[in-house]
Amino acid sequence: MSYSGERILLNSQRESQVARFRAWVLFAVPLAAILFQVYVPHFFPFLAFLELPLLVVVYFAVMRRAPVGGLLIGALVGLAQDSLSKNLLGMYGIVDTMVGYFAASVGVRLDVDHNFLRLLLAFLFYFFHQFLYWVLARALLSQQLAFEFQSTLVIGLLNAVVAVALYRFLDKLREQA
Amino acid sequence: MESFLNRYRNITVLLLVIFAQLLLLAVQVKNDQDVHLIRVWTVTAVTPMARILEGFRGGSIGFVRNYIMLHDADAENRRLKAEVDKLKIENIFLKNELNSAERAQALQVFQAHTPSKMLAATVISNGAGSNSKVVFVDRGSADGVMRGMAVVTPDGIVGKVIAVYPPASEVLLVTDPDFAAGVVSQKSGARGTFKGQGTPLGKIDYVPGDEKVAEGDWFYTSGDDRVFPRGFPVGQVKMVRPGQPFQEIMIEPAGMQRGMEDVLIVVAGVHQEIPDKPPVTQPVYIAPPPPTVAANATQQDGAVPLAPGGTEADKLRQQYKAIGDAQNHKFGEGEPGTLPPDFTKLGQASAAPKPAPAATGPSAPPPAAAASGATGTTGARAPASSSPTGTRPPASPEPPPTTRQTPDVRKQSPSLPITEPPAKRPASDPGKKPTAPGGPLASAHRVAPSGFVGPIAPPPSRSAVSRIAGHASVLVKKIPHSWKKPSTESTVHE
Repeated sequence: MSYSGERILLNSQRESQVARFRAWVLFAVPLAAILFQVYVPHFFPFLAFLELPLLVVVYFAVMRRAPVGGLLIGALVGLAQDSLSKNLLGMYGIVDTMVGYFAASVGVRLDVDHNFLRLLLAFLFYFFHQFLYWVLARALLSQQLAFEFQSTLVIGLLNAVVAVALYRFLDKLREQA
Repeated sequence: MESFLNRYRNITVLLLVIFAQLLLLAVQVKNDQDVHLIRVWTVTAVTPMARILEGFRGGSIGFVRNYIMLHDADAENRRLKAEVDKLKIENIFLKNELNSAERAQALQVFQAHTPSKMLAATVISNGAGSNSKVVFVDRGSADGVMRGMAVVTPDGIVGKVIAVYPPASEVLLVTDPDFAAGVVSQKSGARGTFKGQGTPLGKIDYVPGDEKVAEGDWFYTSGDDRVFPRGFPVGQVKMVRPGQPFQEIMIEPAGMQRGMEDVLIVVAGVHQEIPDKPPVTQPVYIAPPPPTVAANATQQDGAVPLAPGGTEADKLRQQYKAIGDAQNHKFGEGEPGTLPPDFTKLGQASAAPKPAPAATGPSAPPPAAAASGATGTTGARAPASSSPTGTRPPASPEPPPTTRQTPDVRKQSPSLPITEPPAKRPASDPGKKPTAPGGPLASAHRVAPSGFVGPIAPPPSRSAVSRIAGHASVLVKKIPHSWKKPSTESTVHE
């Protein structure tokens, strides 16, 4: 199915095409993203801004267009992130769960093969992710975290740019219909 | 009911998953304990891959460089080019070896000065999350690491272990907002609490307004927190604002200033004295590779011939072993107080092809020490440049640092400028004073951690130090990863 470059809304459910992935892709890609996040910034600190696990969650949720699948991927990736950080288990888990759910819900209605839309989604979900984490940390754990609005916007934009390229690569791992 | 659940299936699952995680959070907060099992699974799944990646990275860098260099080789001068490339690679390898050895030296010398029992570890990865200030090290419960242990480098404290897993441990860095440690000012003795800020600078709380603290002052661990033993450098004051009841003090943590690829986990902490003077930081000196003339000269002396294969480290090891054998010394079997072999003629081999081993054997006193006639138990080392001819004067032999756990002799002689761990003197000759430029370990002591050694003596000449340091680096590289437990003598002065 091909779309024109200007259409980003789907006219009907028939136009939506659920992307399918092999099981090992669903396992290996999030694991690689987590590994990237814990290993690469150790040698390249300037890459610490990348939230690859989040981008991967958004991608799988959006492409599979299944809210339950999206939230489960988000929950697992988030819990793994929690396990490898000093956070209490569940902080990233809740945030990524919601990101996965909403991303899948959005994916049902939009043409998620559109590059600009992917850029926008990645940016918005990054911002949502950071904001929700900040809210939860303050509300549930009484942590006095500062929400740096400007830097979050800039880093979100950088993540979105990376997401577009990353999603192009991940498209190659989709099963052909 | 069934139709209702089908209709709202997605939102129901979402609420259930979030509720489950909220419950998980609540349990952790209420019981103030972690759900260890989930973390163990994740860490056990991720850290082995991080190790593999680290090993792959280390091995592939040299290969890639080699390949790229050979890629443009001309067919006509392939042999010459290959030879040059081989030398380049060897050079890079030796420099890397020296770098690694110097890091090991710094840690090792630091450990020699510190009575606490420590375990060397390598940082293998960061924590997940962009705002996470934790790292993972490759030592876990299988190595005896426990939660709450302090993590330090020769420059200062780095963090503390907050979680332990069989293959790795999680270390909370000093820059994390959740980090806190009891500290004391080196000058005024003012006590406070160091707290991370999530930024490169930390804060010291609870220092009363009437305490004198100035910019540039050093803070050390006070030992009050029962995590860090007293006497480890914490950092230097960068900003002080007076206030009531407490001053606002910002401090630059010292432990991570020169990176932290290798760290030490304090397995059994022992309190130390806070040094009288602030620590002096010196850059790690990268010595050139050991000269080949020394190897050739040693072979001419009738020493054990070098194996045609093997690394430079192997060749040096054979040289040192040959010297030990020539002086009837068995490495690792010397009794406390006995003299180690005289390594000084190793560097003189090229200048004096026929040294007399008997004259500098274990039983013969060093000529310089005998001539000085000085009394006392310790003394400052003279720089190598003090020798007008450029050759090293006869040195008081010195055992490798792995076999030495020495007390801080400044208690015995506080005015002496100490640049290295004081050596144990033979009981039969307490008046001997080391006057040599340092022997093979001089370079090691120049990178000794500040705060545990006194002021650094004037540096020896560059050529002498580089030659000596090159040999010492290769030797230290062979030190096993597990550190030797400090002897009881090292804790006597506490």
